[in-house]
Amino acid sequence: MKNRKRLMENVIHGVFLMLGLITVGCVLLITVYLVISGIPAIRKIGVLKFLFGKKWASTAAQPQYGILPFILTSIYGTAGAIVVGVPIGFLTAVYLSKIAPPRVKTVIESAVSLLAGIPSVVYGLVGMMVLVPGIRIAFHIPDGASLFAAIIVLAVMILPSIIKVSLTALEAVPKEYEDASLALGATPVETYFRVSVPAAKSGIAAAVVLGVGRAIGEAMAVMMVAGNAPNMPEMFQSVRFLTTAVASEMSYAADGSLQKQALFSIALVLFLFIMLINAVLNFLLKRKSDMED
Amino acid sequence: MKKFVTFITIVSLALTAMTGCGKTVSGSVSTDGSTSMEKVIGALGEDFEENNSGITFTYNPTGSGSGITAVAEGRCDIGLSSRNLKEEEKAQGLTETVLALDGIAIIVNLDNSVNDLDLETIGKIYTGEITNWKDIGGSDLEIVLIGREAGSGTRDGFESITGTEDACKYRQELTSTGDVIGAVAGNPAAIGYASLASVKETVKALSIGGIMPTEETVKDGSYVVQRPFVLVTKSNTELSEAAQKFFDYITSSEANEIISSAGAVPVTN
Repeated sequence: MKNRKRLMENVIHGVFLMLGLITVGCVLLITVYLVISGIPAIRKIGVLKFLFGKKWASTAAQPQYGILPFILTSIYGTAGAIVVGVPIGFLTAVYLSKIAPPRVKTVIESAVSLLAGIPSVVYGLVGMMVLVPGIRIAFHIPDGASLFAAIIVLAVMILPSIIKVSLTALEAVPKEYEDASLALGATPVETYFRVSVPAAKSGIAAAVVLGVGRAIGEAMAVMMVAGNAPNMPEMFQSVRFLTTAVASEMSYAADGSLQKQALFSIALVLFLFIMLINAVLNFLLKRKSDMED
Repeated sequence: MKKFVTFITIVSLALTAMTGCGKTVSGSVSTDGSTSMEKVIGALGEDFEENNSGITFTYNPTGSGSGITAVAEGRCDIGLSSRNLKEEEKAQGLTETVLALDGIAIIVNLDNSVNDLDLETIGKIYTGEITNWKDIGGSDLEIVLIGREAGSGTRDGFESITGTEDACKYRQELTSTGDVIGAVAGNPAAIGYASLASVKETVKALSIGGIMPTEETVKDGSYVVQRPFVLVTKSNTELSEAAQKFFDYITSSEANEIISSAGAVPVTN
């Protein structure tokens, strides 16, 4: 009987292991596929020419494949979204977890959940119909489709993840910490920012990681508001991101052409970027939590 | 067990039935060429396959030039070209049959007072020589150029007709006709181009040299921003039975509705 039970346990463990391996398998498959299909074009074009070339003209008679404008646009766009989105999201989370009356909290929290559920194409559509003309009128420029429009859309898109993850982190701070601070004569606001927030630091940093991840990987919404001309990034100029560079040309690129291979190479660069960002931020998180211990 | 046997019987019967059908005409039709024709030829091929279960249809989107070479070298049954054949290509023993015409409308915002432009001016606008609407009779606004992404058939057609290949200074490169129309509808200074069939009343189509783009003006050739969709075959070689059947079908009036719904103007009545 006992043996049988143990056998059952083992079988179930095995099943769970298999399920876990599915994820690992997918990651491996994607990595291997991207590397295999991304390397040939980089080889043909040359690493430096590909990464630091300033001109992208894939279908011209003399094709040029420089992706520096896309790389810089992705970096600026993501950084901009973080600069705009993180303070708003973070302060909202502080308000919700410490200050807001329960009823207000319920309303705001459900609004945030709803925002998280909106598909990116809808963000793009609203951005295209409302934000882009709005920017054109507000800043007196000929066309509103720009890096700025993309930053605003991305900032709104990353809000839900930042708010939710920061909120969870702030709510996990033991009440005793805050009580102690208040008992020592600190005001509530001092307590939130000097005690609660530092205690939730690693969770808040995780929120930023998620935000960066979502912003740098977003294609659909950005494609609809950024204009997609392969210019070097400028705040009010039409720009193309790494993601949109892949998405916009993939459907027409002929199989086996250098153009298509170069698109896979862009995807590979994007992939490496996301890996790098995750690694750096994970490292920071780990160091922080080690220091706390 | 019994169920299993029944299942096998049904499957084998079904298979026999299918081979029976194929006996009428079987084989394959291979087409190769213009990426702009993808929508039209894809829709026709799909419909053809549905009605002729024994025949498989393939389409290889390589570009007009490659398609013409492929048919000349006998690597495909029918070559697809979105331009007329050159004299030297005809001299190689190739025949062209116009399948349909593709009209490209030049669109502006409804608030724009400009109604008519000529081809040369459009070329100058898109290459950045003319940058303000006031220079061509409009209000004092910087012209915003909206176009399609590299590789798009509409972009390729527009640029080759206006002679602006690789020289367009786009402000926005959008990935669908709908997005182009949306962007032009939302900006009073914008100009864009879109396949004639998809232009709606949210934007204004310009007349070119006084001629409005309509199905009729495209057909009689008076509207100039258009190009032919051409089927290229070898003059002295007969098509295979399957390919001939496909060729006859798509050049008959039966195919007109499919060609129209794919955004082109059919030429047969």
